[in-house]
Amino acid sequence: MARFRGLIQAAATLATNIHLPNFAKGGIYQGAGKAVCVPGLNCYSCPAASGACPIGSFQSVVGSSKFSFSYYVTGTLILIGVLLGRFVCGFLCPFGWLQELLHKIPSKKLSTKKLKPLTYIKYAVLLFAVVLLPVLVVNDVGMGDPFFCKYICPQGVLEGAIPLSIMNVGIRSALGKLFSWKLAILIVVAVLSVLFYRPFCKWICPLGAFYALMNKVSLLGIQVDQCKCVSCGKCAKVCQMDVDVTRTPDHAECIRCGKCVGACPVDAISFRYGLGVTGDKPAQSTQACENK
Amino acid sequence: MLFKAVKPVVQVALLIVGITMVCFGVMRGEADAVLAKAIRLCLECIGIG
Ligand code: SF4
Ligand code: SF4
Ligand code: SF4
Repeated sequence: MARFRGLIQAAATLATNIHLPNFAKGGIYQGAGKAVCVPGLNCYSCPAASGACPIGSFQSVVGSSKFSFSYYVTGTLILIGVLLGRFVCGFLCPFGWLQELLHKIPSKKLSTKKLKPLTYIKYAVLLFAVVLLPVLVVNDVGMGDPFFCKYICPQGVLEGAIPLSIMNVGIRSALGKLFSWKLAILIVVAVLSVLFYRPFCKWICPLGAFYALMNKVSLLGIQVDQCKCVSCGKCAKVCQMDVDVTRTPDHAECIRCGKCVGACPVDAISFRYGLGVTGDKPAQSTQACENK
Repeated sequence: MLFKAVKPVVQVALLIVGITMVCFGVMRGEADAVLAKAIRLCLECIGIG
């Protein structure tokens, strides 16, 4: 499956944005499908978007005067998280795929190994910009801003503002400082993506942060057979998310891309799916391995 | 080690919690709120709001 990851990512991006003719019309899809959250980070202001962005939806529900928490969106994310974990990031998210494509542009590549503390920023973004600020900072009628969408997310500019403003003069003339600010963020993320592997996923994305928390309890996991492992370190070397799968198979940063599975010379690493699947198959004793 | 033992229980519990939350959210009108937001152009998202 990991061999076809690029194709699956392309298909998932297309399925998430199936209403392609809307790009030419300069408007967005307005059908009932928009009540359902898609698994990845995909702006509902993209003309072709088939469903709703879970992060945008959460903020819009909690920011409304009627609700201060979204059971619907949180429940959806828990379900996706338990069923797939960060497999969503590795295979299904359009913005993750975009960063990977940008990283394929030939240039000097920089390691993120020494920047590990930055991976905690995304949890702060989730807590403050997505959960707390939209509920706590409200106007006279009790409505809060979607802080992440408004001030941070580059997807809205990439998928929404740019295509819509090309086709729609009204939108083009209305774009102001906020657009410029987020366009700057998009450009920075794009440039960093060429140099680093998935910088937005590693450091900023609140959706990735949520799925990262769910990786430990996800039904989909990666298992390392310690009986087969010869400790060559090839899996850790090939991992661009800076994970050593032999030590922490359910690491929060593992996007289940499967590169380590392909890199292992003794087929010690495999995908597993089911209840109670644990990351390592320990070698209880040399004899236990020999008896296998 | 302890987590290994309780992991399937936690997984089943989370699946039940997830389904319950989705149903409860739909019943109190959250899916309609999501739809209402998603079918209108999100001004904050595109940088007008
Ligand atoms: S971390 Fe966010 S942007 Fe990256 S792949 Fe996951 S959901 Fe998408
Ligand atoms: S540990 Fe393996 S599956 Fe996880 S991100 Fe690294 S290479 Fe991909
Ligand atoms: S590549 Fe395979 S054999 Fe080498 S350390 Fe990783 S799991 Fe062990």
